[in-house]
Amino acid sequence: MSEQVMAILIMWTFIFVYSIFGSIDFGSGFWAMVYNKHSSMAGKIANRFLSPTWEVTNVFLVLLVVAFVGFFPKGAYTLGTVMLVPVSLILFLLAIRSAFMVFSYSVQGYRRTMFIISGISGLLIPSLLIAVLPISQGGFIEQAGGTESLLLGKLLTSPSLYMYVLFGLASELFLSSLFLADYSRVSNNEKAYRLFRENAILLGPLTLIAAVITLWFINPEAKWLVNNLYEQKIWFILSFIAFLFSYACLWWPKGKRPGIGRPRFALLGVVTQYGLASYGYGMAHLPYIVYPDLTIYEAFTAKETFYSLMIMYGVGMAILTPGFYIFWRLFLKDKRYLQQE
Amino acid sequence: MDTVILARSFFGTSLGFHIIFATLGVGLPLMIVIAEILHLTRNDKHYSIMAKRWTKAFAVLLGVAIPSGTIVGVQLSLLWPGFMEIVGKVISLPFQIEIFAFFIEALFMSIYVYAADRLPRYFRIISVIIVALGSVASAILITAVNTWMNTPDGFKIKSDGTIYDVQPWDAFFNPSFVSSAAHVAITAYMTGAFAVASVAAFKLMKKQSQDEAAYHRKGLLLSLAVAFTMSFLSSISGHHSAQILHQHSPEKLAAAEGLFETTRYAPLAIGGYTDPETESVKYGIEIPWLLSWLAGGTFDTEVKGLYEFPRETWPPAYVHTLFNLMVGIGSMLLALAAAALAYWWFFVRKKEQENRFPKWLLWTLVFSGPLSMLCIEFGWVFSCSGRQPWTIYRVQTTAEAATKAADLGPLFALFLLLYVTLGVLTILILRAYFKRNPVSKDLAKASPY
Ligand code: HDD
Ligand code: HEM
Ligand code: HEM
Repeated sequence: MSEQVMAILIMWTFIFVYSIFGSIDFGSGFWAMVYNKHSSMAGKIANRFLSPTWEVTNVFLVLLVVAFVGFFPKGAYTLGTVMLVPVSLILFLLAIRSAFMVFSYSVQGYRRTMFIISGISGLLIPSLLIAVLPISQGGFIEQAGGTESLLLGKLLTSPSLYMYVLFGLASELFLSSLFLADYSRVSNNEKAYRLFRENAILLGPLTLIAAVITLWFINPEAKWLVNNLYEQKIWFILSFIAFLFSYACLWWPKGKRPGIGRPRFALLGVVTQYGLASYGYGMAHLPYIVYPDLTIYEAFTAKETFYSLMIMYGVGMAILTPGFYIFWRLFLKDKRYLQQE
Repeated sequence: MDTVILARSFFGTSLGFHIIFATLGVGLPLMIVIAEILHLTRNDKHYSIMAKRWTKAFAVLLGVAIPSGTIVGVQLSLLWPGFMEIVGKVISLPFQIEIFAFFIEALFMSIYVYAADRLPRYFRIISVIIVALGSVASAILITAVNTWMNTPDGFKIKSDGTIYDVQPWDAFFNPSFVSSAAHVAITAYMTGAFAVASVAAFKLMKKQSQDEAAYHRKGLLLSLAVAFTMSFLSSISGHHSAQILHQHSPEKLAAAEGLFETTRYAPLAIGGYTDPETESVKYGIEIPWLLSWLAGGTFDTEVKGLYEFPRETWPPAYVHTLFNLMVGIGSMLLALAAAALAYWWFFVRKKEQENRFPKWLLWTLVFSGPLSMLCIEFGWVFSCSGRQPWTIYRVQTTAEAATKAADLGPLFALFLLLYVTLGVLTILILRAYFKRNPVSKDLAKASPY
């Protein structure tokens, strides 16, 4: 494997991990708003998960940017130039959301505002984030006078953008429903569990449909991608099987416990589903970062930097893993935290 | 305004905003650690209450420090794409390590705040120590990138801009890394301590119970002790930074001092301003020989003047003022902390009954925190604009680094609005919280009966 492929593999892994955690994070914000006053305490559960974790999720986002600059500096140059407006909007929303998350923890009066802000930004931020995908497929960047710029008008009138957004939102809400279903189960709240399970049952097929329609609408400039995607179809078939498995888990009876479904397995199944599909999509996208001008080979960093970064990842992960473990024990497993009133 | 100026103002504003919260984010954890340890060793409830209340303030400030830091981090690529392309090749290592520091800080901060009641006491202290280490590490790591911009090292560049022979660790440990990293960490500690002193001094002027007064006095004393130590160290490390300038960025030192002619036995110019017309410092006080001595350790050290360098690479004239403000305020704060501690030692310490600081001293102390923060701002603007016209010293100019995108104006306005809103809200939230939870309440809860 060449260094460039290794780097894009790591990069794509980070993107995958963030898309999972980000979906859960932003989705929880949305559900916390929707179920703010719900009798099942579903909103409270979503919020209980969110309070200690959003900060860690946010670091993942920063990690994405930093890793991209480190591995593919030329890519940072191109995307930094063309993405100025959308990314600035993301930053703006993110700042308000994070600040209110903390503020409302300190002063109760800000609760309501926080729920609304984090709920709405929980839909807007992922929509803006996913706009990178249609842009990277080519057709929306103009070369003029030695600089690149985004054809914002063309992008905003392109159906493929909206299909991507729809797909992104559907999968965000699907994933977060499943996660919160599992979280409710661990918290011993059967009512909230049923609520989230129903959402998941509804959203699962919707996600699939949205994915297929998105493929249909991919803009005409990106025929190259569609062709490549067909070549990778084995990954998508596997991914579909994973989906069927995880969907079935929602009805899998569980021995002594009341209620049906095994949300933990369903969640793992969906993560596998997304992993397989992302791999297929990523393979189809290679070697382009932004079609047709920027490939991973042109964008790659200096070799020496690449290797020192790799060493640092090893060391860093070794140091961080115990921290993540303690964190998981305290906030995702500890009954005293999960079952408080 | 042209794009480069706009990009500079935009970025400078974002950083100037972030640094307020970031500095306190480095400084306050140290204070919390010290309070936790004092609580452990002295078994005095006051210190545990201090730790709790400072943590509360810290958590609120973090709510702005983190998103504003995220903004700056991403804006680097948005506003300076040309710069980040080189950064990615040469100096992405500290950025990358910094992420690990962020992770550690975020994980243990959540643990310290949201799981405190479920943790044994020793683990709480370990958590907060890890938070403190994480935050100072992230400050030092980001500073590494800045020092590399001032004294780039660890790579070679061809005339067409191709970069080769990269040595990431040499870039990391560039010539000004040690001096600047130390200076940044120390001044952040100093500012955190003065910020606490400001609040404690303000509270001491209110009418209050004996117990409350004793609580605030302990807080004031503790913060003054830290502030004094750190102020002293900051002047030493600042002096070290100046010597590094003398060796590696002589035109920056010359601009800081308004020195035009290369001279031995160079005088130190204090105050005044550099007049670009007459090319001299107006209304300044000159102390003979001192600059030579400060820069090189001997009076006959030759200090380079601006005439040695091409005019188009001169830093802006106002950096002389910025430098003077930083050093001037820093020295005054050192004297203030020393004076307040001396006053306590001689007049307050023994007379347990009416132990009071006079109003004028308390009022002066109230201003110490904001002044120290101003010093931080002046220091950064000095360091960054003193590097002009370079973004990477003698490698890349600011114009080459800047984005070519044209629509910065509306975005800048949007973010200005954001910073003002967040700034105001932070103050409102802190006030609301501490109004609802006054010290008296915590003291009453904590009392044994
Ligand atoms: C004094 C030191 C200092 C300086 C000069 C800077 N920062 Fe900062 N930054 C911190 C000290 C700090 C900190 C105290 O360590 C913070 C505040 C809260 C935290 O978690 O870390 C932080 C937070 C923070 C975060 C949020 C991390 C998270 O999600 O938890 C980012 C992305 C940055 N910073 C990035 C930057 C960039 C790109 C800078 C300059 C160009 C910068 N910071 C200057
Ligand atoms: C008292 C004597 C001081 C001296 C002689 C001094 C000297 C210096 C010098 C020479 C630099 C520029 C370094 C460079 O550009 O490479 C600098 C930067 C800076 N100073 Fe100071 N300083 C002093 C006090 C302070 C104080 C009291 C503070 C804040 C509380 C402060 C905060 C800063 C900051 C934040 C920077 C920018 C970071 C850096 O480049 O190191 N300084 N100082
Ligand atoms: C947090 C403290 C900092 C503050 C308050 C600060 C402030 C500023 C200001 C005011 C400018 C505009 C300078 C001018 O136009 O005259 C600037 C420029 C810049 N700074 Fe800093 N800076 C800080 C730290 C850093 C760090 C740590 C980095 C590197 C990672 C950095 C990178 C830059 C870049 C790339 C520019 C734009 C190019 C330039 O004008 O040289 N700054 N900063």
